Amino acid sequence: MIVTSPSLSESDFNLAFVLLLLAPLAPAGVALLNTGLGRARSAAQALLGSLVVVAAAVLIFALIGATYADSWIGVGHVAQIAGKRWNWAGTGPWFLSGFDTSSARAQLATLFEFLALTLAVLIPWGSGADRWRLSAGAATATVLAALVFPFFAHWAWGGGWLAQLGANFGLGAGFLDPGGAASVHVLGGLSALTIIWILGPRRGKFPKEGLATAMPGHHVVYVLFGCLVAFIGFLAFNAAGAMIWLGAAPSQLPRTAIDTLLSAAAALAATFVMTRIRFGKPDASLCANGWLAGLVTSSACSSLVSPIEAIFTGIVAGIGIPLLVEFLELAVSIDDPSGAISVHAASGLWGIIAAGLFAPQPGQLLAQLIGVATLLGLILPVVYLLFALLNRIVPFRVDSDGERVGMDLHELGGGAYPEFVIHRDDSYR
Amino acid sequence: MKYAGLLVMPAGFFLSIAAILLFPASPSRAAFVACGLAVEAMGLVVAIRGHMPGDRRS
Repeated sequence: MIVTSPSLSESDFNLAFVLLLLAPLAPAGVALLNTGLGRARSAAQALLGSLVVVAAAVLIFALIGATYADSWIGVGHVAQIAGKRWNWAGTGPWFLSGFDTSSARAQLATLFEFLALTLAVLIPWGSGADRWRLSAGAATATVLAALVFPFFAHWAWGGGWLAQLGANFGLGAGFLDPGGAASVHVLGGLSALTIIWILGPRRGKFPKEGLATAMPGHHVVYVLFGCLVAFIGFLAFNAAGAMIWLGAAPSQLPRTAIDTLLSAAAALAATFVMTRIRFGKPDASLCANGWLAGLVTSSACSSLVSPIEAIFTGIVAGIGIPLLVEFLELAVSIDDPSGAISVHAASGLWGIIAAGLFAPQPGQLLAQLIGVATLLGLILPVVYLLFALLNRIVPFRVDSDGERVGMDLHELGGGAYPEFVIHRDDSYR
Repeated sequence: MKYAGLLVMPAGFFLSIAAILLFPASPSRAAFVACGLAVEAMGLVVAIRGHMPGDRRS
């Protein structure tokens, strides 16, 4: 389903706007997941941190980022290379001035980008759980909102060079990312990887001898309820994205919603069976990650594939989740409490490729692969460099005493569950 | 090691971009984009190994 972008009628505008009002349920669900998958003694810091990173990001995006992200108003900064136009940054007005007078589509596009940003900055926050300082989390969110997200969002959504791969090089319809798999999930997941590299693992996670220490999430009900909440948000993101970025008509949105549901359901079923076979019983937190992986995959291709293809992409994502989570923890010693690398980065990359695999028009797969190459080859090293420099200014990792007593007591002075006994961690003795 | 891997990854990106600029024909273009992705994958593997705790790197 790829159609040209017509102008929005008033009823289409109203529908897209209402959908976008439901989209914040996706970051709400992810925040619940992040909190539940962390430890009890860091729960309040995790949830307060979700609000703080979102607040920091949207303020900076309004002041700076939106200027580079959007090109609906201007023509964009264009470089001429080898006779081709490379639109590399938007030329929107500073500080959202003149927003009221911009077109309906421009206003919806900007709102979509704001909401997508809130989800993108929450993804790495969960990966640094139990050891990442609140101020450092806010600082990384501002860097993402000012220097990274706006540019990639412009390239993929705002008529930038990735979106123009079709017009300039005959690669299908150009890079397609209707629900934000690349701009939100892969960007967030790769940021999570760099955060984990800089922070290092939680103390006691990888002892010098023996297997990695299991540090299960403290509240699986938060985790599973977060999945249900996030599902509504993903439905809204995928449907609104199809309308805004692909120009889909309202009559095409039920298919998008069904694809989203099928992808998530297939991924959950696959993870359920995989963990049942692997461990003898289904694993609740891995199943939650499987569900979310299906939703992430759908955000790349729910508007672009048939229902049976949505099921296939979901199954592949669901099979991959437990394998990748285990590989990252046991084989390469990556301590990712929320599973963001597997759920958001890997599943997002798979969704982007799947959208190209199943696209009817020639060259679409190559356009999607160029997008993947940009995320891995350009965005990941740049984010690592920016965060490594930022770590020199605002140290990311809490001191060992803070990690021992928990982030709640250390950073907030009080716990999330003051009437509960929080057990001491024997691994610190 | 970790910085070497991260420096290799942009080389893969530029290889992919060069492919779409230099090769109008579809098969060679696709092959060079695949090569670019392979270079990025190698860089990622090196970066991941470089970031593993020293006593667990075997």
